[in-house]
Amino acid sequence: MTVETTQPTLRDWLLSDRPQSRRQARLGRAYVTWRQFSANRLAVIGLLIIIALVLVAALADVIAPHSPVIGDLTNAYLKPPGTPGYLLGTDDLGRDILSRLIYGSRWTLYIVVLVAIISAPIGLIIGMVSGYLGGWVDVILMRITDIFLAFPKLVLALAFAGALGAGIENAVIAIAITSWPPYARLARAETMTVRRSDYIAAVQLMGASPLRIIFRHVMPLCISSVIVRVTLDMAGVILTAAGLGFLGLGAQPPLPEWGVMIASGFKYYLDQWWVAAMPGIAILIVSLGFNLLGDGLRDALDPKESGQ
Amino acid sequence: MTTLLTVENLKVRYPTRTGVIDAVRGVSFTLGRERLGIVGESGSGKSQTGRAIMGLTPPHGLVTADRLNFSGIDLLSISARERRSLRGKRIAMVLQDPKYSLDPVMTIGRQITETLRTHEKVSKAEARDRAMAMLEAVQIRDPGRVYDLHPHEVSGGMGQRVMIAMMLIAGPELLIADEPTSALDVTVQLDVLRIMDKLVSERGMGLIFVSHDLRLVSSFCDRVIVMYAGKVVEELKASELNNAQHPYTRGLLNCMPVIGENRHPLPVLDRKPEWAA
Amino acid sequence: MSTVERKMQVRPKKGRAAPFFMGLLRFLVVAVTTYLGLLAVTFFIGRVIPIDPALAIAGDHAPQQILERLRREMHLDQPLYLQFYYYLVSALSGDFGTSVLTTNPVMDDIRRVFPATMELATVGTIIGALFGVPFGVLAAVRRNSFIDQIVRVIGLVGYSVPVFWLAMVSLVIFYAKLNWVAYPGRIDIAFEYSFTPITGFFLLDSALQGQWDVFWDVFRHIILPASLLGYFSLAYISRMTRSFMLNELGQEYIVAARAKGLSETRVIWGHALRSAAVPLITVIALSYAGLLEGSVLTEIVFSWPGIGFYITSSLRNADMNAVLGGTIVVGTVFIGINLISDLLYRTLDPRTRRK
Repeated sequence: MTVETTQPTLRDWLLSDRPQSRRQARLGRAYVTWRQFSANRLAVIGLLIIIALVLVAALADVIAPHSPVIGDLTNAYLKPPGTPGYLLGTDDLGRDILSRLIYGSRWTLYIVVLVAIISAPIGLIIGMVSGYLGGWVDVILMRITDIFLAFPKLVLALAFAGALGAGIENAVIAIAITSWPPYARLARAETMTVRRSDYIAAVQLMGASPLRIIFRHVMPLCISSVIVRVTLDMAGVILTAAGLGFLGLGAQPPLPEWGVMIASGFKYYLDQWWVAAMPGIAILIVSLGFNLLGDGLRDALDPKESGQ
Repeated sequence: MTTLLTVENLKVRYPTRTGVIDAVRGVSFTLGRERLGIVGESGSGKSQTGRAIMGLTPPHGLVTADRLNFSGIDLLSISARERRSLRGKRIAMVLQDPKYSLDPVMTIGRQITETLRTHEKVSKAEARDRAMAMLEAVQIRDPGRVYDLHPHEVSGGMGQRVMIAMMLIAGPELLIADEPTSALDVTVQLDVLRIMDKLVSERGMGLIFVSHDLRLVSSFCDRVIVMYAGKVVEELKASELNNAQHPYTRGLLNCMPVIGENRHPLPVLDRKPEWAA
Repeated sequence: MSTVERKMQVRPKKGRAAPFFMGLLRFLVVAVTTYLGLLAVTFFIGRVIPIDPALAIAGDHAPQQILERLRREMHLDQPLYLQFYYYLVSALSGDFGTSVLTTNPVMDDIRRVFPATMELATVGTIIGALFGVPFGVLAAVRRNSFIDQIVRVIGLVGYSVPVFWLAMVSLVIFYAKLNWVAYPGRIDIAFEYSFTPITGFFLLDSALQGQWDVFWDVFRHIILPASLLGYFSLAYISRMTRSFMLNELGQEYIVAARAKGLSETRVIWGHALRSAAVPLITVIALSYAGLLEGSVLTEIVFSWPGIGFYITSSLRNADMNAVLGGTIVVGTVFIGINLISDLLYRTLDPRTRRK
């Protein structure tokens, strides 16, 4: 038995293989996952981008130099980037594009979070119930899931949004409806792997109801793969939402949603290219951030996937 | 007896992010037209030795040796292309599990003729004939039918025989068998070994038999070298196995079950760190 | 050789018949239920979501008689399941209603515009596969090298960039600034009346008729949108190729192939890629389906008269019949390609053939 001559550090406490409490074990595991994640530079860049997005959205009132909706038509009509006071130029209503991008980040975040909150739980629950109960329930639920999986997502989201009418909430619903199937498949696969294990049988013997088993024992295992998938899907959601905005569904002018901004810049793309170009770059960066973050999470949480 | 293969101080190292892994740490032996068995546990470096001789070490591995000589050819100094021309034609290797070591989407016949046509200029018809002859030589009863099958359509024992046919068809002088029977059922193992035995004797080949099964190796080979942690710890004639000196070999021999004997507690290998020194 | 072993070696050919029919049956069940599901969803979108479906189709300004007639035609007074039945019957016979905008039957409109999209998706997929497969192979063979990084970056950007925005940017660069390509549409107005399409694929038709000036013009029109879609196809295909190849190259039979003395070229292209070929074909088919979908947002930028343009302009005009008709057609083709590629994968790959 070695005697420690130096004070045990926080790191030692986290990494110790004899944790004294559940909290210590959990924190230790989180620390190890974090170390693996942060070794991947690109993943950290993705995380920073997303953090920047959240900060920009939260501090929009403070950061934005001008109002996103009120424009100075007389003085600032279609000014190019670099004009003093208007870093990224102005659009055809005299509005500062930089400020509109900053406020637009709120809408991006709004859409992404709402879609995640709606589609992930639906998918999770359907998948877990299907995987746990098996039998006819499984067959029927999976048939429905597979049918939705086989659909062209974008086209259906368009059709839904068209029927529901314009508006950002309708766009969210339309996208969420087409997004849940992959999570159901994932959750079902994880549930089926776990269902046969002994500790589930033990809890069943103790008299736990299926509901309790599913939510307290099965769900924690499904969550990590679903979270990875949700993060990766966020990039696609942003692109779809921008597409809907571009087509006039979803967000409506004068909301500074980035897809709408591209649509309004479409008319001038030949000469005043910046009106449409800037929001596209913003979408590209944020989407990239989610992709990098999702890839990094997947590599950190499931080493088999990373191809090492 | 002419020396077929000379290995002197062979080392195989893999640089990784956390340091260098020494898979093989200075192995030396010579081989004539005889059978040499290399015995060791997982991680002893026995497979790596075989692959290094073939030149099949993964690209990030470093292979060094004082001498690595095959039939007068210095394997270390020849070009990659020359090394490749030796493979299959003069030195051959049989791998462990035919389920994984045969190309799943190519017919058996095509895989066998491929070896031949890589090294010799033969017509398609002649290649087919020779492949069929080879299939018969490994005692496959209906070579015409098997020729057109895919690997997953035949049993394990047959697959391994196909592998032997595929590797021996170009007439190599040295065969390295890397755990050739470890993936087979016991009853099938003997059949495959018998075929290997026959072919190796008939053609006067040298054989390196890599395995973890000490008893199997000792019954099949003339000489045995025992490897542990990347080094050779003992080298002796198969017939003199019971007079082994090194404690690791003695430990292995001790662990082999003897029918009718009542040993309690069962002997276990007591590893000493100095064996890995 | 023991009797047991001999029996195990022979696989009776006639035993194959039963699993084949089961597989076919399962395939049909899946195909039918999926297609019915698609129709159910479009029915839901068209009839259940709008408060007044007739109003949704005819628009706010339609006179009362039109609305009444529509309500009767759509059986809106009947219970929902009967409505669905009538809907199914007409959809299956190709009757998607009449477009409010063009006053043509939607099916006619779609028949007219669909080949344009197919041509675009075909050329795009060819570009994607032609470049994507070699890129993917090279990236897998030279892991972590320069080309591997490039493939990864191309893939990342492809998954992150909005296609309609990239379309605009590319138009600015290649049309406005460089004038290398032609825009808008598929063909110059000058040629539109002297050219008679045969297959609907203008490139093919002009070449078949030897009208090389038309061919060049059509080429100049199609090259940018097809390259754009081709880029997305390439991003996907190269990524998947790389993944498949890495998987194959790590297998033991590749070591065995090298042990036979085969050249590295033969090992990579003749063995590894061959094994990866069948799933790769599936990937290419799926990419084609994806491009059909991707065209929905790109056609509007290029004024390309395909089904994407049709759906999006119908959306803007609230022409729900046209939108849903287009959705059904795109959905059917999409589902069809998915099912067929799944079928191909199962029948062609010897590994999956064994039970």
